[in-house]
Amino acid sequence: MGLKFPSAESFVTSRLDEVINWSRKFSLFQYPFVTACCGMEFMAVYGPHYDGARFGSEIPRFSPRQADLLFVVGTVNHKMAPILKRVYEQMAEPKWVIAFGACASSGGFYQNYSTVPGIDRILPVDVFIAGCPPRPEAVLDGIIQLQKQIQDKDSGPSGFSGINPRQTKEELLLSRE
Amino acid sequence: MELILDILLNPVVIALLKIVVIVLVFVAATGTVMTLMERKWMSAVQDRIGPNRANIPFLRDFRGRGALHMAADGLKSIFKEDTVPEGVDLVIFTIAPFFGFISAVVIWAVIPFAAPIGDFTFQITDVNIGILLVFAVTSLGIYGTVLAGWSSNNKFALLGAARGTSQMLSYEIFLGLSLVGVFMVNGSVQVSILVANQNTYWFGDVIPKWGLFTQPLAFVMFFTAMLAEAKRLPFDAPEGESEIIAGYFMEYSGMRYAAFMLAEYIAMVGIAALVTTLFLGGYHVPWLHAEGFQIFGWFMAVPVWLVSALQILAFVGKIIFFCWLIIMVRWTIPRFRFDQIMELGWKKLLPLSLANIVLTALVLLAVDNWNL
Repeated sequence: MGLKFPSAESFVTSRLDEVINWSRKFSLFQYPFVTACCGMEFMAVYGPHYDGARFGSEIPRFSPRQADLLFVVGTVNHKMAPILKRVYEQMAEPKWVIAFGACASSGGFYQNYSTVPGIDRILPVDVFIAGCPPRPEAVLDGIIQLQKQIQDKDSGPSGFSGINPRQTKEELLLSRE
Repeated sequence: MELILDILLNPVVIALLKIVVIVLVFVAATGTVMTLMERKWMSAVQDRIGPNRANIPFLRDFRGRGALHMAADGLKSIFKEDTVPEGVDLVIFTIAPFFGFISAVVIWAVIPFAAPIGDFTFQITDVNIGILLVFAVTSLGIYGTVLAGWSSNNKFALLGAARGTSQMLSYEIFLGLSLVGVFMVNGSVQVSILVANQNTYWFGDVIPKWGLFTQPLAFVMFFTAMLAEAKRLPFDAPEGESEIIAGYFMEYSGMRYAAFMLAEYIAMVGIAALVTTLFLGGYHVPWLHAEGFQIFGWFMAVPVWLVSALQILAFVGKIIFFCWLIIMVRWTIPRFRFDQIMELGWKKLLPLSLANIVLTALVLLAVDNWNL
């Protein structure tokens, strides 16, 4: 009924990896680590107007064991950094991190003794979202980019995400582009 | 050939087939679909679109209005890391999720899907203790909560389990008491009799004697108690992000966590089925008798198979209606604080359920004495 397979290219040739990655990218349970004013924009993203739920990423799990995506929303200071790292370590693999806004990405306008200049000093970040605070469209773009990363990434021999040990540094840089 | 027929018509084989069809096909499927429908209906309440992006790229980007998110969630859970924290009692930690499942599934043993045709019943077993079996089995679900919280070696999980247990145990009491009125009206606890009695009518042929009309108070109380029993909102004290994080199952990840979630939704379908059976006439289609429709002396004959099909459809429709209602309650009413849950249970609903028993007794006495 309307289904046709015009060429050999459209046949099912996917590997198990692709199916697993497909399921992962559409089922991102998030752990919102909201510390500052970016939280307002974060709420707007999951509110009716922008509806981040369309990407299947709306379910918040406040237990790190059940979360897939760590949203670091807002400023992280040195006192909070160990806690953030601990939350990240408690999350079950596979896990991804989004740095939401200027402060989480680089420390933003806080150039002082107390603020961590970007959470990539303590965690591996998958997507940085620019803006102070970022507009909801930018956040949705960030989610879509993360989904693309997840789909393209080799899910690895053990089924874990993260950097594939078989990849060389050049390959890694290429895959990031 | 005869041997095969003999095996197929063996009552044990028939019962097993019924279990497969009802539990594996109907209950599991409805429970899974409800996990998605919760998200879609929640989106409708909040004026959003809800999950709709999951697609099959090689089938012309087939999306099915977000239905594939269900598959994505399940598949992801299977391939998620299975964390077992240090200091966990591994045996108890492993079996705890299944208690919720067992209590949610065994309810279906006594739920009839349609009126019996001859010897064949659309019900796995019609035991004469009926609803008492349901009570016994639903209270087993508490063990899932207790053991999960106890074995996790986590303070928050233990606190969540303590809160969940005290809530479920106290609501168990007037869950039973609220149904005493129903038992008094029907004089039985056997499910087939409870349903058959609701298929009689008042005022000639007009108003069916559904439990909703004979025991309205019991209906409200039973529905409330069942919500609390299944830990659905507004009674979700075992969870609480600001106080005890995810509650008793916070150390569970991957498929173990998914098992808890799925059990919750299967329990929700079970509640819907129980409320339907006890208060909404079960499989009963209004004015449809064994031979056909009959109202105000007007009659239309309906073949037997169509009667059964209509009854099954009506039953499923009522179940889905109640699932919808439970989800709407969740997204309409703010959640109670823990002390408010206890107050509602012990100070309001318990006296009310006792009053309902007295009231029912008085009405039954009056009906008997003055032939009302």
